Amino acid sequence: MSRHHITVTINGKTHEADVESRLLLVHLLRENLNMTGTHIGCDTTSCGACTVQLNGKPVKSCTILAVQADGMELRTVEGLATNGKLHPIQEGFHEKHGLQCGFCTPGMMMTSSALLAQNPHPTDDEIRQAISGNLCRCTGYMNIVKAVQYAADKMAEGG
Amino acid sequence: MAEVQVESKVHGLGYSRKRVEDARFIRGQGNYIDDFKMPGMLHLGIVRSPYAHAKIKAIHTEKALATPGVLAVIDGPTLQKYNVHNMPTLMSDTQMVLPIDTVKYQYQEVCAVLATDRYTAADGVAAVEVDYEPLPVVIDPFKALEPGATKVRDDKESNHIWHWEWGDKDKTDQDFDNAEITVKENIYIPRIHVASIETCGCVAKWDATNTHLTLWMTTQAPHAIRTVVALITGHLGLSEEKIRIISPDIGGGFGGKVPAYPGYVIAVAASIVTGAPVKWIEDRTENLAADSFGRDYHITAELAGQKDGTLTSLRFKTIADHGYTDAAAQPSKFPAGMFHICTGSYDFKSAFVEVDGVYTNKPPGGIAYRCSFRVTEAVHAIERMTDVFAQKIGMDAAEIRMKNFIQPQQFPYKSALGWEYDSGNYPAALRKAMDMIGYEDLRKEQAEKRARGEFMGIGISSFTEIVGAGPSKDFDILGLKMFGSCEIRVHPTGKAIARFGTKSQGQGHETTYAQIIAEELGIPAEHIKVEEGDTDTAPYGLGTYASRSTPVDGAAAAMASRKIREKAKKIAAHLLEANEDDLEWETGRFFVKGSPDQGKTIQEIAFAAYTNHPQGMEGGLEAVNYYDPPNLTYPFGSYICVVDIDRGTGQVKIRRFVAVDDCGVRINPMIVEGQIHGGLTMGFAPAMMEEITYDENGNIHGANFMDYLLPTAVETPKWELGETVTPSPHHPIGAKGVGESATVGAPAAIANAVVDALAHLGVTTIDIPITARKVWEVLNQHGATLEE
Repeated sequence: MSRHHITVTINGKTHEADVESRLLLVHLLRENLNMTGTHIGCDTTSCGACTVQLNGKPVKSCTILAVQADGMELRTVEGLATNGKLHPIQEGFHEKHGLQCGFCTPGMMMTSSALLAQNPHPTDDEIRQAISGNLCRCTGYMNIVKAVQYAADKMAEGG
Repeated sequence: MAEVQVESKVHGLGYSRKRVEDARFIRGQGNYIDDFKMPGMLHLGIVRSPYAHAKIKAIHTEKALATPGVLAVIDGPTLQKYNVHNMPTLMSDTQMVLPIDTVKYQYQEVCAVLATDRYTAADGVAAVEVDYEPLPVVIDPFKALEPGATKVRDDKESNHIWHWEWGDKDKTDQDFDNAEITVKENIYIPRIHVASIETCGCVAKWDATNTHLTLWMTTQAPHAIRTVVALITGHLGLSEEKIRIISPDIGGGFGGKVPAYPGYVIAVAASIVTGAPVKWIEDRTENLAADSFGRDYHITAELAGQKDGTLTSLRFKTIADHGYTDAAAQPSKFPAGMFHICTGSYDFKSAFVEVDGVYTNKPPGGIAYRCSFRVTEAVHAIERMTDVFAQKIGMDAAEIRMKNFIQPQQFPYKSALGWEYDSGNYPAALRKAMDMIGYEDLRKEQAEKRARGEFMGIGISSFTEIVGAGPSKDFDILGLKMFGSCEIRVHPTGKAIARFGTKSQGQGHETTYAQIIAEELGIPAEHIKVEEGDTDTAPYGLGTYASRSTPVDGAAAAMASRKIREKAKKIAAHLLEANEDDLEWETGRFFVKGSPDQGKTIQEIAFAAYTNHPQGMEGGLEAVNYYDPPNLTYPFGSYICVVDIDRGTGQVKIRRFVAVDDCGVRINPMIVEGQIHGGLTMGFAPAMMEEITYDENGNIHGANFMDYLLPTAVETPKWELGETVTPSPHHPIGAKGVGESATVGAPAAIANAVVDALAHLGVTTIDIPITARKVWEVLNQHGATLEE
C-alpha cells in the first residue's frame, strides 16, 4: 500500500501526515489526529454524521480519501467556536433543543452552518432540503430547523 | 406567589431548562464508545456468514494470520474451551457467541480477527476463508410451523418456541357467538430496526494483575450487563465485584442497546487472552443485519360488538417470528411482553389473546423499537380494528372512540386482560385533538373531495401505553426485581451529586433528574450534578428503556430527596431550637409555623449536617432509594392525521398531524416536546418507509441506509403538538414517561388515514409500511388510478 505525505489545514492549523492511499478522511481526523468530534454513522454516505467542511463546502468525510484533502482547508465541529465563543449554530442547537443524543449533531451543524454561509435567510423548507443528507433519529428535525433559524437571526444581528 | 418565585429559581418541575449535556455535544466533545483510545489497544473485526443456514466445514486462517498486524483469529471452538461459546438469552433460550459448526442466519458471527488497527482488522476479516455447506432455510414463520418443515434448531423438537395465551377464552368465544357484528383482519407488523445513528461497540480492558475487567460499552442497562457477565464467566473467576461496566455517551438506543451481542463477549474474551484492551465497533451493515430487530408480528385480529357501535369483545391470534433464537430483550413475565394491553383505551367486556413464537433462519431479537415490550404491536392492532369496526357499521372514527372509551370516572380501571390502568381522560384528549385540527370541517372537505374523485383521509389513533417496568409482580431480569434507584449526596456547601441506575441515550437525564431533586429539596438544578452509567459508582439499577426512567428512577429521585428532607427537618429543628412538628417546608427552606422569618435554608442545613448536627445523629446528608413501583403508568393520547393521496402515483402526503399527549406531570416541557417530535418520527418511519425483508434464501434486504430508509427532514411531517395533564396517582410526582408514546401511537393514525382515504372503494386494511407502490396497487385493483 503506497503512502503519501499530505498537508491539510484543519480549523486554521496546518497538519502534515504520512497516510496510506486508502485512509478515509474521517479516519485521518479521528484515528490519526484524535479529533473525535466528527462521527461515523454508516458506511454509505447516507447518514451525514461525518460531515465536515472542505474549502467551505459540506462533504461526508467517510467517502473521501485523506489524500484528496491534500492542500485543502478543512473545518470540523472542533473549529466552529472561535476564541471560546460559540458559533451561532452551536447556540441555536442548544437554545432550541436541536439535539438529543448528540451523535448526528456535529454533522448537522457543519451542514447547516455551510448553508447559512451560502443562504443567510433560508426558509424552513430550504433548511430541510439542505439537511436531508444528515439523518437524525432523535429529534424529528423540528427543533433542528428552529435551531438553524435561530442561528440565521443571530448572524443577521451580527452575532 | 412567593413560593412560585422560589420554585422558578430552583428550576424544578415544569421549567423548560436548557440541557446540561449540550455543552459537550455541541463542541464535539462527547465521549462515545468509538472515541475511546488506549495504549496498546487492539481492534476486533468479525467474519460473518453469507448464508442463512450452513454447516461450517473449515475456517482457513493462514492468509489472515500472515497479514502483518493480524494477531489472532478466534473461533467457536476456541471459546468452547472456556465454555463461553454460547450465552443465555433473557428468554431462557441460547444464543451462539461464535458457532462451533453451523450458522443459522445471514451475517451471523463466524469468527473474529484481532489486529493492531481497524484497517488491518478489516484486511484480516477479508483474508479469512470459510468453507460452507449450505443447508435448507426456513424464512416464512407459517411455513416453519408446517409438519416436516426444515428445523432451525437441532436442539429443539420443532420450530415452535412457545404458545402463550391470556384472557377468558370461553367468555370471549361466547361473546363473539352472540355478537351482532364481528370483524376480522390480518395485520402484519413488519420486522424493523432501531438504527440508532451510533452503532454498537465496546472496549474491553482486562487487568490480569488485579483480575479486573473494565468494559466500556454501548449499553442501556450497565448493571444488568454486569450481572449477566458475572453469571456467564463466573466459572472463570470473573465475579461481579471484578467487573466494571461503563456506559459512556450513547448515540441513540431505542431498545437496540439493551441486548448483549456476541461482539461484546468476543471482545472480553480477546482482552483476557491477550491482556490488551480490545475495541469492537460495528459497521452499519453489521448493525442492521445482525443486531436485534423489532416487531415481526403476524396478527389475526377480531372484534365483536353491537350495531350501535358498542365494542364488546376482542380476540387476537399472533405468530411471532423470533429468528433463530428467542433473544427478546424484555423483562416481563410474559413471553409476548405486554401485548395484552391490546384492549387499548376501550371498555371491552371480554378478551382473549394467544401468541406463538416461531424459529426461522433470521437474526434473533424481538426488542422493542422505541416502545415497551410489544405495546406498539398491540396498539396498532386495536386502533386499526376499531376503525375496521366503525367502517363496517358506517360510524365515524371519532364517534366510535368516544362511545367506547374507558370513562374518566372508571379509573383506576381493570381491563378485561387484567391490567390496572392508573389514570386517564381519553375523551378530553381526543376532543382537544379534534378541535386543534378542525375535525368536523375536515370531514366536510373530505366529502366534497370524494365527490370530485379526490382521495383524502383522516386517521385517528387514541392509544393507551403501558410503561415503567416494572412492578416486581410483573417483571424481573433473571429474578432481579426491576427497581429504580437514586443516590443523592448533599455536599457541605449545599450542592449535590445524584447517581442513578439508568442511562440516558439522548433523553436528557442530566438535566431533568436534577429538576426533580431541585423541586423536592429546593437546591437549584444548576447545583446538582447527575451521573449515570458507571456500575462502580451508581446504585444498582436496571437501565433505561421502555420509558422507565421517569416512572421508576424519577420516582426514586423524589423518594431519596424526601428522605433527605426528613433528616434536614431534624437538623433544622436543632438549629432553630424548635420542635420538628412546628416546622413547615417551602421549596428550599424550613421555617417555624407562624414565624416565616425564622427559618433555615437547605444550604444552611447541609452545612450544619457536616458541622453542627444534633448529638446522636449521623453526620452528612445523603440518601439512597430503591423504588419498586406499585404499578405501571399508562400514558395516553389522541393523534389525528390528514393525508392526501396522489391517484397517479399512489404517493401519500401527510398534510397535517396533530398529537395530543398526556404523560402526566411534565418535568421539562421542552424535553417532553423533543421526545414527542422524535417519537412521532419513529412512528412515521415504520408506517411509511422502514421494513427489513428477506428473500427465500434468507438474504437480507435492508442491510444499509441505501436500502433501509430512515426519514430525512424532507419526508418528516411538521408535527403539531397539544397536551392534557392527568397525573399518575401512584407516582410521587405524578409523571408517567413519554419517550415512546408517540412511536406507539403514530403508525395507526397514519394507516387509519390512508385506509380512510380509500374506504369508499371497499378497502379495509393496508399493511405498513405504506409505500406509494402499495397504495397504487390498491388503487389499481379498484380501477381508481388516474386515467391517461
